[in-house]
Amino acid sequence: MKFNLKVWRQKNAKAQGKLVDYTIDNINADMSFLEMVDVLNDNLTRKGEDPIAFDHDCREGICGMCSMYISGRAHGPHHAATTCQLYMRSFKDGDTIYVEPFRAGAFPIIKDLVTDRSAFDRIIAKGGFVSVNTGQAQDANNLPVDKADAEKAMDAAACIGCGACVAACPNSAAMLFVSAKISQLALLPQGGPERNNRAINMVNQMDEEGFGNCTNIGACEAECPKEIKLTNIARMNREYLVASLINE
Amino acid sequence: MQGLADGYFVIPYTIGNYLSSEIFTKAIPTDHPAFAEAEKQAKESAEKLIGVKGKKTVDDFHKELGKIMWEYCGMARTAEGLTHARKLIQDLRKEFWSNVNIPGSLNEFNPEFDKAGRVADFIELGELMVIDALNRNESCGGHFRSEYQDAGEAKRDDEKYAYVAAWEHKAVDADPVLHKEELVYENIQLQVRSYK
Repeated sequence: MKFNLKVWRQKNAKAQGKLVDYTIDNINADMSFLEMVDVLNDNLTRKGEDPIAFDHDCREGICGMCSMYISGRAHGPHHAATTCQLYMRSFKDGDTIYVEPFRAGAFPIIKDLVTDRSAFDRIIAKGGFVSVNTGQAQDANNLPVDKADAEKAMDAAACIGCGACVAACPNSAAMLFVSAKISQLALLPQGGPERNNRAINMVNQMDEEGFGNCTNIGACEAECPKEIKLTNIARMNREYLVASLINE
Repeated sequence: MQGLADGYFVIPYTIGNYLSSEIFTKAIPTDHPAFAEAEKQAKESAEKLIGVKGKKTVDDFHKELGKIMWEYCGMARTAEGLTHARKLIQDLRKEFWSNVNIPGSLNEFNPEFDKAGRVADFIELGELMVIDALNRNESCGGHFRSEYQDAGEAKRDDEKYAYVAAWEHKAVDADPVLHKEELVYENIQLQVRSYK
């Protein structure tokens, strides 16, 4: 297969970026999008040009590293799939494909398609954890969890923190991500002790990082590779409201 | 946290127990001479690597190493193949350090340089795997030395190889040193399982 690519090239955070044209040929239809970029980079390196910097790690849809805005959609044209789970057979021979980084003020570009998503780590550090006593693990049956709650918590825990929700949102809001993390822990007894502080601290950090607010557009849910639901945002708002009333 | 929390990993209780007393350890100062020496070496080797500007890409070397390991250090290996592989890896290492081409510089985000550092490590680790396989003159588990078999059955040698061990790195060009700890069984007798 042959493709015309328009790839965002930007030397560093301060430099001016631009779309650069590349053509690539002899691409196997069963290559993933990232493998196609690998081949392109190999060609560039052999020609003495700078290869395209892009994030990738597990290449099986669980790590949240790969990003890329592909022809106007986070993680490309497929629903519920990351960029590494996108295969070239999803495109037509001769297609022109636009490849851009995830764009948001809180995700500054490091180089080309690589953005700094450490804002998410700082939000997690504010409350995306539970404190446990060290020593012997207690018996799992000591903490019965309602089946329906367990399912909801598990669905929220599927979030891989890739940031597609932020990139897709016209407000660059991180509320789908933060609400998934808050929901996952709020629904389980283990999350109980830190529940109120968690909601306040994580939401405050989210605002401090410069993410926008939710205006119920739903682009985040539509683009989320893990199908995290908007109802998590409602739960987060409730958690935050209750916590602000209770906290001194 | 129950189940899987991707990206944010849940540590086992034993590690939490260990870390709970480490949490009060202050940041370790970096003015120790050993630190300065290690930093100097890391900088020198980074500059050397990026300065080679040779003809082959990092991936070329990675793939060549993979081919050698696949051919000679797979599940079934022979002394002859392993000896040959060690020579090939040594030659590959020399070529890597004199003919690798890493684009860009050190003072920027440079994933090709990161990859080159890993491949440099893989080459040394690959050689160690070959040395280890060559050292173990028996067949056991995933290590099947074709010379040591009874009609396809792995032939173990518990007299000589019932130990756990670690290799000590001396220098890139020097042979590593084996440190052994014998396995002494008091209540059971070692037996060989038959797959027939």
